[in-house]
Amino acid sequence: MNKIVTLNRRAFIKTAGAAGALLLSHNSFSRASKPPLGRVVIVGGGYAGTTAAKYIRMWSLGNIEAVVIEKSAQFVSCPLSNLVLGGSKSINDLTFGYDLVKKNHGVKWLNDEVTTIDSAAKKVIMQRGEISYDRLIIAPGVDFIYDALPNLQSAEAQQQIPHAWKAGWQTVNLRKQLEAMPDGGIFVMNVPKAPYRCPPGPYERACQVASYFKTHKPTAKIIVLDANPEIVSKKGLFTKVWAEMYAGMIDYRPNNAMVEVDVSSKTVTTDFDKVKADVLNIIPPQRAGKPAQMAGLTETDYPWCEVSFLTYESKLVPNIHVIGDSVSAGLPKSAHMATSQARVCANAIVALMSGNAPDPTPVFANTCYSYVNDKQAMHVANVYRYDAGKKIMVSADGGGVSTSPSEQEGQYASAWAANIWSDVLT
Amino acid sequence: MKLKAWFLVNLLITSAGLPLTGNAADAVVSADTLSNTFHIRTLAASCAACHGTQGNSTGITPTLAGVDARYFTAQMLAFKDGSRPATVMHHHAKGINVAEINFLANYFSQQKRISSQPPKTQTLKANHE
Ligand SMILES: Cc1cc2nc3c(=O)[nH]c(=O)nc-3n(C[C@H](O)[C@H](O)[C@H](O)COP(=O)(O)OP(=O)(O)OC[C@H]3O[C@@H](n4cnc5c(N)ncnc54)[C@H](O)[C@@H]3O)c2cc1C
Repeated sequence: MNKIVTLNRRAFIKTAGAAGALLLSHNSFSRASKPPLGRVVIVGGGYAGTTAAKYIRMWSLGNIEAVVIEKSAQFVSCPLSNLVLGGSKSINDLTFGYDLVKKNHGVKWLNDEVTTIDSAAKKVIMQRGEISYDRLIIAPGVDFIYDALPNLQSAEAQQQIPHAWKAGWQTVNLRKQLEAMPDGGIFVMNVPKAPYRCPPGPYERACQVASYFKTHKPTAKIIVLDANPEIVSKKGLFTKVWAEMYAGMIDYRPNNAMVEVDVSSKTVTTDFDKVKADVLNIIPPQRAGKPAQMAGLTETDYPWCEVSFLTYESKLVPNIHVIGDSVSAGLPKSAHMATSQARVCANAIVALMSGNAPDPTPVFANTCYSYVNDKQAMHVANVYRYDAGKKIMVSADGGGVSTSPSEQEGQYASAWAANIWSDVLT
Repeated sequence: MKLKAWFLVNLLITSAGLPLTGNAADAVVSADTLSNTFHIRTLAASCAACHGTQGNSTGITPTLAGVDARYFTAQMLAFKDGSRPATVMHHHAKGINVAEINFLANYFSQQKRISSQPPKTQTLKANHE
């Protein structure tokens, strides 16, 4: 048996001590309470960040301090938020607090917004204070790019034309507009150029709106303007569902990137078409969240963060890890994926901070459900494995999609949501 | 030194359920065992989205915590070769190898069964985005 190499505790404490437990105005915890292996600060308490904090606490047996900085006071799930548009869920079914995960795992929490990251000084600056770190995890989700559609940048424009791509009042707003739309009206939505958050999400949304129209506004129509050449995820399944369940309701137009949007008349111009909507939903193109940009984790020509898939440490800035939608992974940006990346990252950080080597061959599973109406769902499932030659996660043999949507899978999808919420938030 | 031994020993007990004998503080842990622990616990944890943290499901998905290791292995092998039909699990079973299935079987068999609950829902506050 090989003896494990020394933990190198002294070195850790030295680095940790040098960085200092500086907390200027959030003085709820002090140097004295600093656990022996140092502090990890996590920016963003969504699916990725909250999971990383919980598992760092669990797997370090409380020996690493985990501090989450999250600007929102509540967790609102994007998964299942399309069902709010369909009418089978309320936003209050998807809204949770952070109290249990904080209490059960001793995760420290700052309800504040990060404004600056000083990687040289290993310090994060918020609106109401600053905090130093030994390692930093950036998990801010996505940021919308308005370069091509500058008139949609304002809050007023987004009131009229919601994105509903971050769940919350935007989702409620879009649902209200759909309710208010007269029968016979036209709902227009777009699909941004991939990669974007949740590849099947826009097509699931079209199903949910169609499901609502089918019973409540049977002569209303849906136009889907897709910037991509074809349906990005579960293509065969969505094509079949649209043809069979929603025949004549969904007009799908691939290769139709938006060129211009007129906010007051809700008119969209694409390379080929000009369409006027009664209700318009624009999902802007996306990039890594703002904190990732602040820390200099993206290159100018590519807006996602390149990382090592063994540790999720940035390839550009040492001691900063990136997880969740902000990562350039070439894999679907899903909540399940975000939690898996979070655990590989947590595992690696616990190993590194206790003087051990990270797992050289991470492997994890991902299942992504889409609801086609209020009861039936379908999945895409894959195992992803680290390829040491290519240095990326590649999908293993045997992955695939449902043969067709079913109520049984609808129940599995709802169990998926309950379990992932419980895993992330308790 | 004390920290190291305590940390690693607890890590193995709580994370991998690996058997330990003798005086825990003097335990010498093989590098292989430790690396399997690190490898398997992330794979096992990725099952949590459907089967709950440490295999304690809150929904209709089966709880894996405390499941007999031989039963677990047999089911996974049956999903893998198609002899047990499935909606989703064949996609996962085919993607992991037999050694990993055995480690997962051992891991889940050692987890405590607890009743796990989804978090309580709240009313969305006006100041949320
Ligand atoms: C309509 C829709 C449906 C979806 N359905 C599914 C599904 O069925 N299954 C699935 O697996 N995935 C689904 N997804 C995708 C899933 O929501 C994302 O992949 C997941 O949320 C990514 O997690 P994350 O932690 O990277 O980002 P998020 O969950 O968005 O978390 C980021 C957090 O960072 C915080 N933050 C950002 N900037 C700052 C700052 N400066 N300071 C402090 N805090 C900050 C934000 O407030 C936020 O809470 C869906 C997405 C959408 C939009």
